[in-house]
Order: sequence, then structure tokens, then C-alpha cells
Amino acid sequence: MSAAIELQGLSKRFKEKVAVSPMTLTINQGELFGLLGVNGAGKTTVINMLSGLAKPSARDALVLGHSLSKELPSIRGLLAVSPQETSIALNLSVRENLLLMTRIHGFSKDESIEKTEGLISQFSLQPYEHQRGKKLSGGWQRKLSIAMALIADPQILFLDEPTLGLDIISRRELWAMISKLRETTTIVLTTHYLEEAESLCDRICIMKDGEIQALGTVDELLTTASKENFEDAFVHFVTGGEL
Amino acid sequence: MRAFAFAGRCTKEIVRDPISLFFGIVFPIILLMILTAINRNVPEALFNIEQLTPGIAVFSLSFIALFAAQTLGKDRSTSYLIRLLTTPMKASDFIIGYTFPLGIFAVLQGLTCFIAAYFLGLELSFNHVFAFIALLITSTIFIGIGLLCGSLFNEKAAVGLCGALLTNLTAFLSGAWLDLSLIGGAFEKVAYALPFVHAVELVRAIVAEDFSAMFTHLYVVVVYAAVLFSLSIFIFKYKIQQN
Repeated sequence: MSAAIELQGLSKRFKEKVAVSPMTLTINQGELFGLLGVNGAGKTTVINMLSGLAKPSARDALVLGHSLSKELPSIRGLLAVSPQETSIALNLSVRENLLLMTRIHGFSKDESIEKTEGLISQFSLQPYEHQRGKKLSGGWQRKLSIAMALIADPQILFLDEPTLGLDIISRRELWAMISKLRETTTIVLTTHYLEEAESLCDRICIMKDGEIQALGTVDELLTTASKENFEDAFVHFVTGGEL
Repeated sequence: MRAFAFAGRCTKEIVRDPISLFFGIVFPIILLMILTAINRNVPEALFNIEQLTPGIAVFSLSFIALFAAQTLGKDRSTSYLIRLLTTPMKASDFIIGYTFPLGIFAVLQGLTCFIAAYFLGLELSFNHVFAFIALLITSTIFIGIGLLCGSLFNEKAAVGLCGALLTNLTAFLSGAWLDLSLIGGAFEKVAYALPFVHAVELVRAIVAEDFSAMFTHLYVVVVYAAVLFSLSIFIFKYKIQQN
């Protein structure tokens, strides 16, 4: 299995504060990789570095073979981010939001219409396509946000807490959608919902204070922590076995 | 292409907000009508329509700063800007995208203000084209202030600063509808150290076809516009590269 992302001791400091300690790991192509941790663990900072939003303080990472420090413009065309917040244009309709993203990515008029139609259909957005972003429910806003991230057919997709604050039905709908996406895209997912990571992710990295505490499949993490359920295993790794 | 696609989006964000349209277009006309009515009914009119129109036209530009701050502040707070930063958009695309629609809006504001003034007794002439050019130059001062506030502060603070503080500063320190020389002292000195009164007097000089009186004010307005707009670009670029 070839590597989609190789972190080679990548780290980030904000003045004196270490946000991410030197981190080395490989995410394989086609993998759905989970980043877990309590608030401030460094998950979003890792995503920000890998997507070019934050400059690493030291070392490098390879994204589909391209050096993050030297080939960022090439990398930008290979990946997409669906940020933690809604991140849609609230006064534009669903269709307009998608069309705008196609034009920003430089597609021709015909390609733009084709891409937009395709994503509206893929995400079942037809009933809402002329509705403005601000009028959509939280769940539909997230679906639109993910659809916008997929406009340029990225090979790697970063989903930063995609189901945060959603009701259980919307979450389950998004899970189904994410499961479908994994067939064609490498996905890096951050979440606070342990059952979400357990259900969706091939492998999980648990972080605390910018450091990797554990890395492996759900079964491997349960075995290492000698726990029966994933929540107990997570607490074990984050508290160092004190709870 | 990307810049103008983004400019189209910013235009829609502004024109689809009824409050923005009211304050940007309707409110200055109401103000012009009220002040004209007051001036006609007081024994010694402070301003005739030739003086009042440039004052209101410059005052209405202060809402441009509010629109700039609001659009950028909202894009930052909803992470929409973060999403766009992971696309191939460059800093220049953002600057053009945020600025271009506001420049058009400034000219439209000037046009509606002068057309409304025509119905209140202002004689229109070809020279008023130069007044629109002066208003366009002045608008870059307000766009610069708006982008600065939108880059530096959260949406609420940026809107507060531009929507409440700047509009009041412009109203009182521009001499739009009060004679600054009647107040005199430090108030007048402060007013003349700022660009607002110079912008009003520049447009008044053009409307009065007193071109010799125009250049002193034009110089101050151009310097302020160049400094504030350049500073806003610098701060915007710095903020998006800060990580």
C-alpha cells in the first residue's frame, strides 16, 4: 500500500508553546485515518500544517510524494479541507456555493455545471439547491461544506470534526456519506465522538498535548490498553492509565 | 478569473443583505431629504443643496467600510476564508474580490445621491463625473479601514468599530452637515488632520467648479487612501500568512 501522507518529524511551536511535538507517521492511500484527542491536543494544527494553512516549525511531510515545505502549490491541488465550522457562503444558494468553488478551481463553464450537478445529486441536495446557505439546517450545511471540499476531486480530504453539534440522524447520514467517500479518497478525520472514529476509521491516532499517545486499529488499541470498550481505551491513553 | 468569481460572490453577499442596502443606498437619501427640508425651513440655512450633496455622498461611503469589515469578518469567523486559503486563490484574488464590488457600490451610492439631489434642486453637469472619481478615490479610504478592521478584529468588534464609531466620526468630523469653523478650536484641528472633511471639500470644490480649491484636498485624500489601502493589504497578507 503506497503512502498518501508521510509525516517526517513534523512539528509546530507557537512562540514558547509546543502545539505539535515532532510527529512521524504514515497514512496510506485509501485509508480513513482518525485523529483523536481532547481539546488542545494538536489535531487541527496537524491538519492545518498538512493543508498548508500553518507553516511547520521544523522538519517536513510528504503529501503524495510532494514535499510540504518545497511544493505547497502542487500539494494544494491534491487535497481539500472541510473546516471545523460551517465555512459556506451564507448568502449564496447551495448551487451558487458549488459553482463558485468550481470557478475558483478554474473549471470551464461546462465543467462547472457538470461538477455542480454531480455533487448536488451525490449529496442529495436537490430539494435545497436554490436555498441560501443560512437557511439550511446544520446537517445540510455540513453536507454542503463537504460537497464544496470535493469539487476538485481531491485525492486527500481532511474532515475537521464534520459532525460536531449535529443531531444523531444527521450524524448517521454523514457517516454513510463519509463511508462512501472512502472508496475513492484518502480521508483524515478529526472528531470528539469516539463511536464515530470507532465505526468509521481504519486506523486511529490518539493525541495529547501535541504528542502521539497511541496509534493503531481499534482492535490494536483495545488490546494495548487492555480494555473492553473504546471509550475506556481512549481515557486510558489520554490520562496515562490514571482513570 | 478567480478574483472576479470571488468579487461576484462578495457583491451577492452585500446586495442580499437588506440592512446593508438600506444603510448604503436608502438612508443617505432620507438624510439628504430631511436636511434639505430643515435647511429650507430655518431662517439662516446652513447648507444649500450644492454643499449638502457632497457631504452626504462622502458620509454614505462610511457604510462601505462597514460592508468590507462585515464581509471579511464573517468569512474569518465562519472559516470560509480558511476554506478558500486551501484553494489556488492568491492574496491578490482576495484583495480584488473584496475591493472591486465595494468600488462599484461607492459609485452607485454617489450616483443615487446626486440623482436624489437633482430632484431636490441640484443642477447636474458633466463636471459631476469628476465628483464620482473623487468619491471613488475616497472610497478606498473606507475600504481600507473596513479591511483593516475585518482582518484584525472579530466580526462583532469590526462591525461595531465601522458601523458605530466610524460612521459617527465621519458624520461629525467631515463637516457634512455642520460648519466646522463654527465649532473651531481643537475639534476643527482634529477634523482637518483626518481625511473626511478634505473628501467633502474636494467634492464640494468639484461641484462648485472651483478647481483651484480642489488640489489641496485631493492631495490629502490621495495620501490617506494610498496609506490606508496599502496598510490594509499588508495586514491582510500578514494575517493570512501569520501561521
